[in-house]
Amino acid sequence: MLSEVEIKEIQEEIKQYPYPAVACIDALKIVQHHRGWVSDDSVKDIAELLNISNEEVDSVATFYSRIYRKPVGRNVILICDSVSCMIMGYESLYQYISRKLGISFGGTTPDGRFTLLPVSCLGDCDNAPAMMINYDHYNRLTSEKIEELLERYK
Amino acid sequence: MERPLTQHIKPGSDAYNLKEYKQVGGYSALTKSLKRMAPSDITNLVKASNLLGRGGAGFPTGVKWSLVPMYGDTSKPKYLVCNADEMEPGTFKDRYLLEGNPHQLIEGMIISAYAIQAEKAYIFLRWAYKKAEAGLRKAIDEAYKAGYLGKNILGSGFNLDLHVHSSAGRYICGEETALLNSLEGKRAVPRTKPPFPAISGLFGRPTVVNNVETLSCISHIVENGEDWFKGLSLTSTGGTKLFGVSGKVKNPGTWELPLGITMRELLEEHAGGMSPGHKFRGALPGGASTDFLIEEHLDVKMDFSTVAAAGSRLGTGTMIILDDKTCPVAFVHNVEKFFALESCGWCTPCREGLPWVEKMLASIEEGTGKMEYLELLSFNAKYFGPGNTFCAHAPGAAEPLQSGLKYFHDDFVKHITDKKCPWR
Repeated sequence: MLSEVEIKEIQEEIKQYPYPAVACIDALKIVQHHRGWVSDDSVKDIAELLNISNEEVDSVATFYSRIYRKPVGRNVILICDSVSCMIMGYESLYQYISRKLGISFGGTTPDGRFTLLPVSCLGDCDNAPAMMINYDHYNRLTSEKIEELLERYK
Repeated sequence: MERPLTQHIKPGSDAYNLKEYKQVGGYSALTKSLKRMAPSDITNLVKASNLLGRGGAGFPTGVKWSLVPMYGDTSKPKYLVCNADEMEPGTFKDRYLLEGNPHQLIEGMIISAYAIQAEKAYIFLRWAYKKAEAGLRKAIDEAYKAGYLGKNILGSGFNLDLHVHSSAGRYICGEETALLNSLEGKRAVPRTKPPFPAISGLFGRPTVVNNVETLSCISHIVENGEDWFKGLSLTSTGGTKLFGVSGKVKNPGTWELPLGITMRELLEEHAGGMSPGHKFRGALPGGASTDFLIEEHLDVKMDFSTVAAAGSRLGTGTMIILDDKTCPVAFVHNVEKFFALESCGWCTPCREGLPWVEKMLASIEEGTGKMEYLELLSFNAKYFGPGNTFCAHAPGAAEPLQSGLKYFHDDFVKHITDKKCPWR
């Protein structure tokens, strides 16, 4: 069941558009913001609220990279693997984080603290290599800097 | 040198709020537009200024606007959409404008919406641009309170609502018809053209989609006129351009410069030349979907027609530099992997061809590639070309592939014959 807050936030978005189904992506983002990911039950609840089929909501949810249909850790690390960051050495940073946390791309630490994912260009190419942790941007990364950053996310 | 778009952006400090923006002449172009100009006057002015779209395709902005139906009951509602989904690898120019001067974009959008008589506008914003989102929301709020947005703007009778839609991530959302599907809450699959969005766009209504940088030019054109705008560039195209450089250079960054400066000036004077110990081998001049240019092209003028004449595209004007310490095969593989991953899957050459290309390139890079792959790669690049696919995604992917195969042919061959990457 969607919470009152979620329903209220989704209804605010619906007002911006001619009919409720248009707010599908906004609704998915709102639910994910509150729960970390989008479960089958949430898909059903959103479909009901927007008056469209579950399949339609799921087709949208699975299309977009930043909607998670599986549970993720409390913090999501997104490492940019696009070309400018490759030139500037994202691969060694990935290996450093991967070794440190004991997980590869797609993995979540057993304590649920971190999920590690690749991400396409973050638009920070002049400060490469770049990554995000949750919604915070970090750039000009080195392994020392990452060591310190990871400590901030519990 | 005039830098109208970035003159009020101070890296490291906050963007101007409404009061500060007004103190430097902000919203006076809007007042002029609404009080002294008819919508068609603005469209004609933008046409005459020779402003070409800054999102990558370089389509004349005034011509795009002039396709929107202006008369009769059937012409409403209409929409204006700002494409702020900047996601092309190597591109980071719109972020600078969004974070640095949101009111400049908002003012440009209100004037543009007035020109096409749209009463609802959306900013389709890249999901990752959280700082830009917060700045835009604050600026929009200020603009509503000051009466620049909402009903009867400045007593003109013109109404406009502006809403920010933050995306959920996919490169294809930057393709304007895919963007419209995404804004309608659907999968971002491109639509058939024609009909063009100016006739049937968002919710089947006349819609103009313009890039952030394009819309940020509008208030300056209204304020200073077409001749001033044309005079900003070194070529016949109007205006300045936000250029960027990334890769192994001393001073990577983004700068507003006249259209028509050379690649060499951009690389050497602004980006400070190559990093110590690194040599220039080539560059994608306008983002990941543009053809490589090499040393012999360094004196090419950075403008739409001149870069096209050299065999590439100006694209977004943000160069990615390939240096001699980076493997060109790995570079091309990285770019093609991106395009394969970001394909929406709608049409066959793109859905099937790109992963095939990606696998062959990975194999060559790992030392297990075969000579026949080179022909197969060229074959694919050819069939990704314009006319064979539904949208410009696969043609974009073909550009670095075909030019990479051409300019770095010997490197590809060496990977195959030596059965390893010489850079690893």
